[in-house]
Formats: sequence, C-alpha cells, structure tokens
Amino acid sequence: MSATATATAEETQTVVAARRLEQARSVFIGVGRPSTAAILARMVHNPDLVLVYESGTIGAKPFHIPLSIGDGELAQTADFVVSVPEMFNYWIGTGRVDVAFLGAAQVDRFANLNSTVIGDYDNPKTRLPGAGGAPEIAVGCGEVVVIAPHNKRTLVERLDFVTTVGHGDGPGARERLGFRGKGPSALITDLGVLEPDLRTCELTLTATMAGVSVEDVAEQTGWELRVANEVAVIEPPSEDELEALRELLAR
Amino acid sequence: MAQILNLPEAIAELVHDGDSVALEGFTHLIPFAAGHELIRQRRAELELIRMTPDILYDQMVGVGAARKLVFSYGGNPGVGSLHRFRDAVEHGWPRAIELEEHSHAGMANRYAAGAADLPFGVLRGYRGNDLQKHTRVAFIKCPFTGEELAAVPALRPDVAVIHAQEADRAGNVQLWGIPGVQKEAVLAAKRSLVTVERIVDQLAPRAGAIVIPGWVIDAVVLAPGGSQPSYSLDVTERDNDFYKEWDVISRERDTFTAWIDQHVRAVAVAR
Repeated sequence: MSATATATAEETQTVVAARRLEQARSVFIGVGRPSTAAILARMVHNPDLVLVYESGTIGAKPFHIPLSIGDGELAQTADFVVSVPEMFNYWIGTGRVDVAFLGAAQVDRFANLNSTVIGDYDNPKTRLPGAGGAPEIAVGCGEVVVIAPHNKRTLVERLDFVTTVGHGDGPGARERLGFRGKGPSALITDLGVLEPDLRTCELTLTATMAGVSVEDVAEQTGWELRVANEVAVIEPPSEDELEALRELLAR
Repeated sequence: MAQILNLPEAIAELVHDGDSVALEGFTHLIPFAAGHELIRQRRAELELIRMTPDILYDQMVGVGAARKLVFSYGGNPGVGSLHRFRDAVEHGWPRAIELEEHSHAGMANRYAAGAADLPFGVLRGYRGNDLQKHTRVAFIKCPFTGEELAAVPALRPDVAVIHAQEADRAGNVQLWGIPGVQKEAVLAAKRSLVTVERIVDQLAPRAGAIVIPGWVIDAVVLAPGGSQPSYSLDVTERDNDFYKEWDVISRERDTFTAWIDQHVRAVAVAR
C-alpha cells in the first residue's frame, strides 16, 4: 500500500498549508498545525524559508515541533532574536513578513476571526485566550492564511466577537481601514480550501480533498457556501511529503 | 543601586496589597519563584499585568490574589485553556475579576511608552475589531501626514518583577535568549525586582544580551531555578511536560487548591 492512500485529512491539511509556502520568503507562525506546516515546508519545498515566531525568534530552524512559541530551540537556532516591541513595530507592522498562518475558534465568510469569547463578552459561555498578536499580524503581514477545522461550530454565519479583521464587511473594507497587507488569501480546512472571491471578498470553495464532495463541504459550513465555477481536487500528499511529515511528528 | 535581598524580604518590601504588578517573561524567564512568594505572603487585590498570563497567573488568579487582569493572551501555550482564568471569568471563582485586554502589539507599545515616560504608544491597529469597544484605546490623527492611528495608554506598573540568568554584586543584570518585554517593564515600573539564576563577581558581556543597570533596579534576589517550569536559556530547560500536566491539575478547583497547598504554600524559602 502506498503512503498516499493512507494520509489522514489532518495530514493532508498540513501538507496543503506547507505547499502554500513554496514561494514565500518568510512566514509568521504560532504553535500547533501552522508550525508543523512551516517546518515541513522548510524540509520539502523551501529550505530558505524564514520562520518568524512572535516570541521574537526570526529565522528559527527547529528540528522538533515546538510546544510553545518560546521553546529554547527556537532562540538557539534563530538568525536573530528581538524584543516583543521590536517584533511588532519593526517586523510585523511594516509588512516585512510575507505570509502569516493564523488559527481561530470562529471564522466568518469574510475571513474575520474570533479568538476572544464564545457568547457575550461580559457574560461568556467560553472564555478563549484572546487576541495575542493576531489583529496586527492580519493588518501588517503580506497575506494571511487561516487554518481551521471545517465544521459549523467554527465556520459561522456571525462571529460572537471580531478579534481580527480579515476582509471586514467585504470589498474595500481593508482599504477604508488603512490596512497594508492583502488580508486573508485562503482558509485551509480538513475538507478543502476556500479563497476570497476577487470581486466580493467572500470565501469561496476552490478545492476539495479527494473523496470530499461539494455537498459535504456545504453541509459543514455555517453560511450558504459559495462555490467556484471549477472546484479542483487537491493532489494528495506525495510519498515524500507524507514521509517527511510523519518523520517530523515522530521526532 | 539595587539591594541584594532574599526573596521573602524583597517581596515584603516591594509589593503591597492593591499594587499593579507586572511579572513579565514571554514564555522564557517567567518569574515563577517570585510569583509563588506573592502567593505565600497572601498579597491581595492586585492588578496583575502581563502580556501572556500563562500558568503563573493562572495560579495567582486561582488563589484569588487579583482584582484585575491586564493582558493580551490568556492561554496555556501549545496546550489549551487556562482553567483557573476561565473559572474566574466564567463563574467568578474564587472571585470575579475585571479584565482589560489588548493585542500583543498594543501591550508592547504600552510598555514601551511607559519605559519612555510618554503618555501613550501609537500603532496601526484595533481599527474595525471589537476589542476597541472593550478596552482603553483612542484614535488620533498624525499631525504630519493626517493618517489615523491607534493610541494606547502607557503602562506604569507599581512594580515590575522579572527573572534573568545573572547579576553582579552591584545588581547589574544580564539576560539573553528571548528578551520579551522585560527591559521595558522594568523601566516603565515605579519599583522593580529581578530574580536571577546566579550572582557573579563580574558580568562577562555577551553579544546580543540585554544588560539592565543596577541603578534602575530596586532589588536583586538569588533564585536558582526561579523560572521553572519556564526556563532560563543555557541554565535550565522548559518543562513542557509540566505545562501539559497543569491542564489536568488546574481543571478542578480541589486538585488545584491541593497542588497550591503542597507545592507553593508549604514550601519554605531560605531567608
């Protein structure tokens, strides 16, 4: 049996995210799947990719997947290490980082993100960690790739709290707000890829994973899903990609 | 010039009930030993300030030491929720807590403004999101270009507490690795306390290290291992397993309280 036949949806999601970094000079990442995808990209696609963690480590070359953004290995392998004010003012805010990977508890159709609270702010059902670096990362970085699980709890009609502005209320919103970066360019889920429509900015299904139908995706989306005229089928992870990913996870 | 004190006397002298206190350290060099001494001395009604209130502030919030939390990310990094923080916010246990939350960029600029003794920091941010409705931010027009920018009020904590690798006998401090926002916190605060892994006769300058002179620090305390389960680069390692264990320990009120009693309150610190 070939390795490609056995890739899980999560593995494919990570591989798809890593492919997104083939041409990038630099990527801003948090921990979890984004970090795994970026390290994988360095292993198989783009050995010169500069990994930027908000703890201040720029050009980190971790061998292991870090548990926290501040693990010692990140500082020890970085090209240089900066303070938090320098990170946000000199590197993030200025647009010197090409791509940012962000996650969120809720995503809406314009790729706005909630990582603050489920329910009412003053009387929350679930208190989430909060903004962290996300709002200004989404303002400043060249583009944003959102990575999230695909279900109706996450992809919602209306956010309980707008922590991070993606495309706001649609066309022209980012320009009106004076944001520099292009904003979200993709939402990568475990079912497929959604990209903002060039005219409406609304997240539109452009690719599905093998074996996933457009109906499956619509069923798991909390708004009436827009679908591109042609929906591509994502090429499953190659043996090289999958082997590298599994080897990385096993380190 | 910084006095070299022991931990109980430094906390007793510098931190008072009701103070605003910033125990800083961005995943690295988190001053756990000092925070635990605050719990042992039963400091109360504190305004706790910290960009990333992780396990240490979960413990301090869980024992009810804080009336207010000023922060930008309240999670257990790489693991998940801070259960004591959530219990305080969601259920008011052991007491209700006031929140003032920002983004990282906002907090970093608030500290930098405090360190510069300016009234506010300025950045491109907060526009269009819901944070601005719940926190202290204002929008101002640049007098030179007309661009609209976010202004955030300077942070001026009563006390900053940080941990570093080393100090000399005059209280000059050297730290390296991820520098976070500790230098800014010390310079922004009215009083400051630095715990260190070791005290040396003379600091050997290191490329890329941060030196904070003893004449802007009130007290230096020798506290080897004082950043564990966080770490001090080149001296101790981050105890990632403990960050995962904390998820279990802190999930229930009684297991949390038993842990604090055994591992914090019952610990005798050398005077």
